[in-house]
Amino acid sequence: MSSVPRPASPQPATVSPHSNAATAAGRFGAYGGQFVPEVLMPAVLELDRAFEAAWNDPSFHQQLDELSRSYVGRPTPLYRAGRLSDKVGLDVYLKREDLAHTGAHKINNALGQALLALRLGKRRIIAETGAGQHGVATATVCAMLGLDAVVYMGELDIERQAPNVYRMKLLGAEVRPVGSGTRTLKDAVNEAIRDWVSNVDTSHYMLGSAVGPHPYPLMVRQFQSVIGHEARKQVLEMAGRLPDYALACVGGGSNAIGLFHGFIDDPGVQLIGVEAAGRGMELGHHAATLVAGTPGVLHGARSYVLQDQHGQIADTHSISAGLDYPGVGPEHSYLKDSGRARYVAIRDEAALQAFRDLCLLEGIIPALESSHAIAYLPQVAAEAPGALVVVNLSGRGDKDVGSYAKATGEQLAQSVS
Amino acid sequence: MSRLSELFAARRSLGEIALLPYLTAGYPDPASCIELFKAMLQAGADGFEIGVAFSDPMADGLTQQRTNQRALEHGATLHTALDAARAIRREAATAPIMFMSYYNPLLAFGEAEFCGAAVDAGADAVIVPDLPPEESEPLRAACSAAGLDYIFLLGPTSTPERIRMVGRLASGFIYCVSLVGVTGARRNLSSDLPDFLARVRAATSVPLVLGFGISRPEHVQAVREQVDGVIVASALADIIESAAPEDRIGAVAERVRELRAAASNEPVSA
Repeated sequence: MSSVPRPASPQPATVSPHSNAATAAGRFGAYGGQFVPEVLMPAVLELDRAFEAAWNDPSFHQQLDELSRSYVGRPTPLYRAGRLSDKVGLDVYLKREDLAHTGAHKINNALGQALLALRLGKRRIIAETGAGQHGVATATVCAMLGLDAVVYMGELDIERQAPNVYRMKLLGAEVRPVGSGTRTLKDAVNEAIRDWVSNVDTSHYMLGSAVGPHPYPLMVRQFQSVIGHEARKQVLEMAGRLPDYALACVGGGSNAIGLFHGFIDDPGVQLIGVEAAGRGMELGHHAATLVAGTPGVLHGARSYVLQDQHGQIADTHSISAGLDYPGVGPEHSYLKDSGRARYVAIRDEAALQAFRDLCLLEGIIPALESSHAIAYLPQVAAEAPGALVVVNLSGRGDKDVGSYAKATGEQLAQSVS
Repeated sequence: MSRLSELFAARRSLGEIALLPYLTAGYPDPASCIELFKAMLQAGADGFEIGVAFSDPMADGLTQQRTNQRALEHGATLHTALDAARAIRREAATAPIMFMSYYNPLLAFGEAEFCGAAVDAGADAVIVPDLPPEESEPLRAACSAAGLDYIFLLGPTSTPERIRMVGRLASGFIYCVSLVGVTGARRNLSSDLPDFLARVRAATSVPLVLGFGISRPEHVQAVREQVDGVIVASALADIIESAAPEDRIGAVAERVRELRAAASNEPVSA
């Protein structure tokens, strides 16, 4: 069999000291890769080279760091959640990504990719969004940098995340509803890829999670690992030691991989990713890809996938639009198989309870996505009472108050009476 | 010689090109799909591309998204495509049969198992739109072991290095994607198509087959000098979708006859 020349692998040694994140040809162990139509291959390879060049260019970091500080509001605080700690019997610190501009961690990646798109000379930005947080972050940085933004969003997600749809429009983005398939994030990704295939010469695809073909999983992780690096420094300052656990929710897995990378070389820190168990663990009723999926290829990468025996991608359900996705980032698949991280799942009703708990105990309305991570704390406490835990509060939940009211049978307008 | 090489050589000796229609197996339903393949054979199709339905066809436009969806609603699986191949092979001993599948259904079936089943069903080649050369080695090895041609794709964005690489590795034919975009019928051919085909032709002697957007007899006429065959897909699905069920076979056969005439440089009868 003749061999096909492979693109030079990106620079894990210089970008990241983490030797376990092998990226030969964009691989994390057996996962990752570039499973895209030929028409996109030149663009994917160009993006890989451009990211590598930018990441090794001090002036790129200077620009990114300055905007992260003055525009995004980094570093975000680490907050010791005292009343929550007392209730669950742990020492809980929340990494407040909900306080980043636009209200979620998504802007870390959107800003980095937008600066990269400028270097590529591409002024039309395509994005997909589930909960709308990546769409809002995309619309925001595009407004700030004068780029055109087109955001694909499933019709079901448009219904349940209406405030974010309006925010995107206010910020000048065009939101295109996606009515195919399950009308959620998976279908928005399909449609964004189709747009990219058709407009690859002029457009950059600003993929919002650590999924997709190489270099996206690596690139998104690098832009998000600021979360973990800050959190590690902050917890050492505040608690005087490293945490016993680092916890984050996992849909595609960008906030989790960003947090995990701050602690991945600290073997004493257990990494836990919390997926959505939805209505229960029967295929079609949840979005717990790592807990219940099998390896396959979806949206350009080999990774765990929720699929039937014929390789058809399964329908998913989660009350949280941002977790409602049948795939997951390839690096998480690698971390699962290697045992460095473990993955668990939380049902809709437990996430809703955690959402309310954080409102009442800490005066913080968390995103329903992040509520899944909060909801797992009692199980951590059962395993290790009093343990020191850093939880990534990946986003704020203003967008979710309607979903919460609906799920609990209230109506927003009546709830004041 | 393989069925594909014999077909291209025979057509070339007559100054003609091959006509290779595509249908998604199981569309509009499994039984009608097989009847449509048989009718197209009678109407002058040289061979077929049989699509394996997939839930997330990211290189496909609206027409084929619907054919995939409809086929899945009828319970289509890879076995439906194998059944269609067997039915075609019973009717036509020499017509080349290609399977077109996204990668995940093949992985779920098992690459080696799939290649063995494909050969047993009478197939000649495999096309995987989301598998670029860099990722293709496992499936190419399985194809090679089973005696199937693995079909590479090239598009207008393919660089000279990629065209040379594919030219060196290809067997059967090279699937040239006519445009920068997804599948779907188009009114006009892309204006830079002749230049793209000339670049590929200069780099390899492997037969070239053109697909994506090839819808009308005049499209076939326009590319006849530059390629060895054409794949027509969405234009046929559009006819199937819009015709009344009892008129489908006649309407599709009519379009195939027109395309056949264009591929053979005969006057197209109205």
